[in-house]
Amino acid sequence: MEAKTKDLWVFIETNEDGSPKKVGLELLNPGRTLATKQGGKLVGVVIGNNVAEAVEQAGIYGADQVIVVEGPEYQQFTTDAYVNALTYVVEKYGPTTVMIGATPNGRDLGPRFSSRLRTGLTADCTSLDIDEETGNVAWTRPAFGGNLMATIMCPDHRPQCGTVRPGVFKKPEAGENKAEVIREDYHVAPEDIRTCILETIEDAAGEMVDLEGADIIVSGGRGMGGPEGFNTTLKPLADLLGGVVGASRAAVDSGWIAHAHQVGQTGKTVGPKLYIACGISGAIQHVAGMSSSDCIVAINKDEDANIFNIADYGVVGDLYEVVPALTDEIKKLKEA
Amino acid sequence: MNILVCVKQVPDTTQIKIDPVKHTLIREGVPAILNPFDGYALEAAARIKDKNPDTKIVVVTMGPPQAVAVLKECVAIAADKGYLVTGRTFGGSDTLATSYIISHAIKKIEETEGAFDAIFCGKQAIDGDTAQVGPEIAEWLGLPQVTYGLECEAVEGGLKVQKEAENGKQIIGIKFPCLVTFTKPSFDPRYPTIKRKLAANRAKFETLGDDFDSTMDKAHYGLAGSPTHVKKSFTPPVKQGGIKIKEETGAESAAKLAKILTDNGII
Repeated sequence: MEAKTKDLWVFIETNEDGSPKKVGLELLNPGRTLATKQGGKLVGVVIGNNVAEAVEQAGIYGADQVIVVEGPEYQQFTTDAYVNALTYVVEKYGPTTVMIGATPNGRDLGPRFSSRLRTGLTADCTSLDIDEETGNVAWTRPAFGGNLMATIMCPDHRPQCGTVRPGVFKKPEAGENKAEVIREDYHVAPEDIRTCILETIEDAAGEMVDLEGADIIVSGGRGMGGPEGFNTTLKPLADLLGGVVGASRAAVDSGWIAHAHQVGQTGKTVGPKLYIACGISGAIQHVAGMSSSDCIVAINKDEDANIFNIADYGVVGDLYEVVPALTDEIKKLKEA
Repeated sequence: MNILVCVKQVPDTTQIKIDPVKHTLIREGVPAILNPFDGYALEAAARIKDKNPDTKIVVVTMGPPQAVAVLKECVAIAADKGYLVTGRTFGGSDTLATSYIISHAIKKIEETEGAFDAIFCGKQAIDGDTAQVGPEIAEWLGLPQVTYGLECEAVEGGLKVQKEAENGKQIIGIKFPCLVTFTKPSFDPRYPTIKRKLAANRAKFETLGDDFDSTMDKAHYGLAGSPTHVKKSFTPPVKQGGIKIKEETGAESAAKLAKILTDNGII
C-alpha cells in the first residue's frame, strides 16, 4: 500500500483487563525520536476491550494521537480479530511506519499483518534509527543466536514494519496527556475468528514467568544440582528484588524447572536490567538469550567458566553460600 | 490425516565462532543440522500418527541441493515422504518472498499428496530467528494459525493445540485446514531407529526447481521480490569480563557484591 501520511504508529498491546503492556509504552520513546525525524505524528493504536487505561497511558507517555478499536471480541488476543482490526485502521490512515512489541502475541500478529499488506517486517529489533540517506527506518536485530547483528530496511513498501524486543527501550517521561483520541467502530464477526481459546492454564506455581518483561532475572543452571534450590535459594532473592526466576537449558532438560523459565536459544531471549546467573557455565546457547542484559552477575564455583567472560561482576564461589548471603545483605541494605 | 511439516537446514549456531580479526562469522566446519524447532514440529506430527496410524507425514524444505540431508533425517525420524524446493532464482528471498515460494510449493505438492489437513512449522529457525515464515505461509494460503505450540491432539475436524502463553499455557481449538508453529515441548523428540535410517538412505526425494509453478509472479520472490533488504551486518561488540570477586568466604563475596550493586544503583 501507499503511505498516506508520515506518521509512525506504535501498537499498544493490552492485557485482558485493558491495561497496556509495558513494551507498548516503551516504544513510544524511540517512536517519538523516529516520528520527529520522519516529520510525522506519533500515533498509538490500541485494540482491546475496556481499554480506557491504555488509551490514557498512551497519551501520558507521548502519543499525539490514539486510535482505538474496542469490542468484546478483542478482550483476549486472537490472531484473526487483531490482524483484521489492525489491517483495517492501517489501510484507512496509511502510516509510513508501524512498530509492534515483540511479545508472543506481537510476534504472532506482526508477520501475519505485514504479509497481508505484502510489506516487509523486521523481527525482534534491538536498535532503531533513521537512515540519513533514504529516510527509511534502519531496523537492527540479532541473528545467528546473537552472533551477528543485521541492519534491515524496507525501502519500497509501506508501511515499514518491525517488532521490537521488550525491555530494550525505557518508557518515556510521563507528561501532560494532549492526545487526540479517534475511535474506530470496527468489529470482527465470530465466524471470522477461526481459533477458540478452550482453556488458559496459569503457570504451575500460579506464578507468572514474564521473563521478557522482567527487570531482574535470577537464573539457575547445572550447578543448582537439583530442583529444590530454585525455590529455596533463587526465588527468595528474585522475590526480594521484584524479579523472576530463570533457568538454563541444562536445568530444564534435567527436569528441575519448567521450560517456561528457560533463557537461551530454545527458550526466551531476555534483556533485563540485571541478570544474575547462578551455577551457569555460559554455553553460547544460553549467552545468546541474555547477553543484552544491562548488567550481568555470575556466581560460579568454576573460576574458568565461560560466563565470567561476559559478566560485569563475577563471584567465584558456591552459589548455595553466596546467594543466601547476598539475599540477606540486600535485605539489610534495603532496611538501612 | 494428511500433515505437512516445513523444515529447514541450518548451521548449528552454537558452533559458530567469530573471527577475532575480521569480526565475521566463521562458517567453515560448522555442521548443518535440522532446525531444532522443526524437529519439535515433526515430533508433534509423529505423535498424531502414533494415535492415528493412517496419518501421512510429508516434509518439505527449501534450500540448496544439499538440504536434502534434512529430508532424509526427517524420514529416518517419522516422515513418509519429502520434497526439496531449490532454485537459483529463489536465492536472496526475505521471509515474505520465501513464504510466497513455499506456499506455492505446498499447492503443487497437494496435487500429488492430496490436500493437507495441517501444516506444521518450527516456531523459528535458529539462524534467522525471525519466526515469520510460518505465519506468512498461513497468510498466503488463507489458513488460521496457532504459534508457540507445545503439543497437540487431533480431534474431530481439527486440532486441540496446547501453546505457550505469556502467563502459562493455553489450549486452542482450531479447525482443519490450519497451520501450527511449534516451540520446545517438555519432552524430547524421538530418535531414528536403525530400520528407518536404512529406509531413509534409500528414499528418493522429488525436487521442485525454478520453474515448478509458471503462475508465480517474479515480483514476489528472489532478491528483487523481497520488501526487506539487509543494509549491513556486523558482529556485536564483545563484552569484556568485568570485575571478579573472590573473597575468603562466600558471605564476604556476597557482601561485596551487594555493596557494588547498591552503590551503582543497579538494585
